[in-house]
Amino acid sequence: MSSPEHNPLRDPRDKRLPRIAGPAGLTIFGVTGDLSRKKLMPAIYDLANRGLLPPGFALTGVARRDWENQDFGEVVYEAVKENARTPFHQAVWDRLAEGIRFVPGSFDDPNTFDRLTRTVKQLDAERGTGGNHAFYLSVPPSMFPTVLTHLSNSGLAEQTEDQWRRVVIEKPFGHDLESAQELNRIVNEVFPEDSVFRIDHYLGKETVQNILALRFANQLFEPLWNAHYVDHVQITMSEDIGLGGRAGYYDGIGAARDVIQNHLLQLLALTAMEEPLSFAPGDLRAEKSKVLSATKPVGPFADTTARGQYTGGWQGGQQVPGLHEEGGFASDSKTETFAAITLEIENRRWAGVPFYLRTGKRLGRRVTEIAVVFKRAPHQPFDDTMTEELGQNALVIRVQPDEGITMRFGAKVPGTSMEVRDVTMDFGYGHAFTESSPEAYERLLLDVLLGEPSLFPVNEEVEKSWQILDPILDYWAEHGYPEKYKAGSWGPPSAESMLARTGRVWRRP
Amino acid sequence: MIVDLPSTTTSQVNKKMVELRESGGAVALGRVLTLVIVTGDGTETEEAIQAANEASREHPARVIVVAKGARQAAARLDAQIRIGGDAGASEVVVLRLYGPLAEEGAGSVVPLLLPDAPVVVWWPNDAPEFPGQDPIGELAHRRITDAAAEPDPIEALRTRVRSYVDGDTDLAWTRLTSWRALLAASLDLPPFEPIEGAVVSGESDSPSTDLLAGWLAASLGIPVRREVHRGPGIVSAVLERSSGNVEVVRPDGKVGYLTQPGQQDRRVTLNRRAVRDCLAEELRRLGPDEIYENTLRGLSDVVRGESSENEEQAEPVSAGQQ
Repeated sequence: MSSPEHNPLRDPRDKRLPRIAGPAGLTIFGVTGDLSRKKLMPAIYDLANRGLLPPGFALTGVARRDWENQDFGEVVYEAVKENARTPFHQAVWDRLAEGIRFVPGSFDDPNTFDRLTRTVKQLDAERGTGGNHAFYLSVPPSMFPTVLTHLSNSGLAEQTEDQWRRVVIEKPFGHDLESAQELNRIVNEVFPEDSVFRIDHYLGKETVQNILALRFANQLFEPLWNAHYVDHVQITMSEDIGLGGRAGYYDGIGAARDVIQNHLLQLLALTAMEEPLSFAPGDLRAEKSKVLSATKPVGPFADTTARGQYTGGWQGGQQVPGLHEEGGFASDSKTETFAAITLEIENRRWAGVPFYLRTGKRLGRRVTEIAVVFKRAPHQPFDDTMTEELGQNALVIRVQPDEGITMRFGAKVPGTSMEVRDVTMDFGYGHAFTESSPEAYERLLLDVLLGEPSLFPVNEEVEKSWQILDPILDYWAEHGYPEKYKAGSWGPPSAESMLARTGRVWRRP
Repeated sequence: MIVDLPSTTTSQVNKKMVELRESGGAVALGRVLTLVIVTGDGTETEEAIQAANEASREHPARVIVVAKGARQAAARLDAQIRIGGDAGASEVVVLRLYGPLAEEGAGSVVPLLLPDAPVVVWWPNDAPEFPGQDPIGELAHRRITDAAAEPDPIEALRTRVRSYVDGDTDLAWTRLTSWRALLAASLDLPPFEPIEGAVVSGESDSPSTDLLAGWLAASLGIPVRREVHRGPGIVSAVLERSSGNVEVVRPDGKVGYLTQPGQQDRRVTLNRRAVRDCLAEELRRLGPDEIYENTLRGLSDVVRGESSENEEQAEPVSAGQQ
């Protein structure tokens, strides 16, 4: 019910005033995990430090540990000290620590949820959280049904007119269309869709939100943003780390499900969508949904896709094991650690422009970028010899690291002869704006508390993404094995040949 | 690196900067604004540079410090260029102007402004009476003054009301942001009742307290009482409505107590803000600040209460917090 129209102290022109979340508490299931220690807890402190959390904010942890509130407080303290982005202030921490609670117990035990209900009630009374609570499920998806059912049975999921309950879930959102629909059904049985926040942390990154600013706030780029001028688009997310210790999650999932289905297809949607009517959540989703509906995989998959598994070797001065030597993976595991696919978007703007998506582990370096590669000029008034070193113009959105934008174009080499060579022009976020942009999780957690859903994919987008990916996954399941590639390289030979068949090459990020 | 250029001209300074850029690699491109700091020639210069350097971590800027030296001396321009570790994320040019030059700062600043980038001028103290008509102020898109650093802060505010033009702002206003955010957030929630009255208290010479009162008067459209308290700074703000008051009380300049009817009393971090944080906030907004303008106009609806009654009472206005 709270709305700025009621509030005489809020003025849309007053850009200094941050939106502070209203009274609320956050409950995290699975606080012992890596994600909550490395990302969630520090993000909560950073938000508190920036003054964006409501006074009386409460953080409740639920896990199967024999902890008291103080023990959990200690864990949060360590996590904050180690990983927070902003400097540590005792006063901020003291206020935050007053609202930290811990509920011990396993997720399949109704008593755990009885204790949680009591804690939540107490917080409403003691801290003034006002009956507004978000539940963050930082647990394996197999636990979702259990936790959700108990949340429902204990009445914790019940909302009233002026008290909200929200649930936050992390990927994977299923492993194919059918399982995703099943998961959505389970979640929506307990929480209505507008109370469900699916975290795709890429969407919380400044650079990703900047794609919209770049495209729709400028006159310079949008006229070129179509099949007349764009030759193809490459979206890459590579990691240099392997899968040691993650077999339980990753085996049988693979790179395509882990990364392409969510992160890369969301990046594709933002890159390729039409201009939304406004930046209201509904309008933004409508455009994303439209472009995802128009996106189709390009076959024959034997030629247009590639997948691989890394083998051991020397990477960056270290000897690293291959996938089959990593603990937990069967020696005949078919799980791919590299995946590359070709998509096309069947609309007037993009017809005929291939979108190449690739991701992998143990690649050359850790980088995420979107490269829009332009066609060559239709006519060159220069001799071939003058432009032999000129490549295709490109605009690269660097999502991480070194967030920013690179433009590549030709320039004359100084000298008496006319020679044109590629040069790059860089815009670095860190140079033009803040030294450190807020972490994606800060933005996303705040949006959950504010009930601002723009940056969260809805079930429709999730299901459409699976529709795009499923045919490729089915083909892979029935045909052959992933190709081997050397750790530290840029993937298997088939990745090169899937572009080479149309005379293109991958950009080296 | 610090390079001194005694008795020089601005074209030599420019030449030296290009030279430093070429020999030192990619310094100095990609700056988003020029910050001009106008100060005296004393110790305050270094303090201002320090604050600007820290703020520049958020907004890489070219900082031009115009330090006005002795008027009685012969005309001379001493320049100093600081880049790299000595300048934070910015590049700093200190121009020391002596003799008749001291009054002609603008002429030395113009050649050093970054092309096509916004210009912000900051007077850490001794701001001109009409910042928008000052020769250096006229160059700027945004003019930052600091009423709290003036000899008579409250009088300085009255001057600001008269001299306001789009682009003016004052650090006494910036220091208020966390108070304003807290009060605004408290009204985001039901009950959505009209505010019938408001009382603000703080040190007698705290311009931020007056501005808070002015802001409330302007946005609520009611007269606001401004009472005197021994401080430090702003001490309390009370919004009166029929179902109960919203009260924020900060007795010690660090932690605030928020009281709302039907809700638990809550403690909030409400530290007094450092100059560098305020400066960083100011550099974030380069357009005119209409809210500040309205607030200045709202000052006329502020009723200055008789002092001393609250003078000794550092307790929160309502009982029950600890």
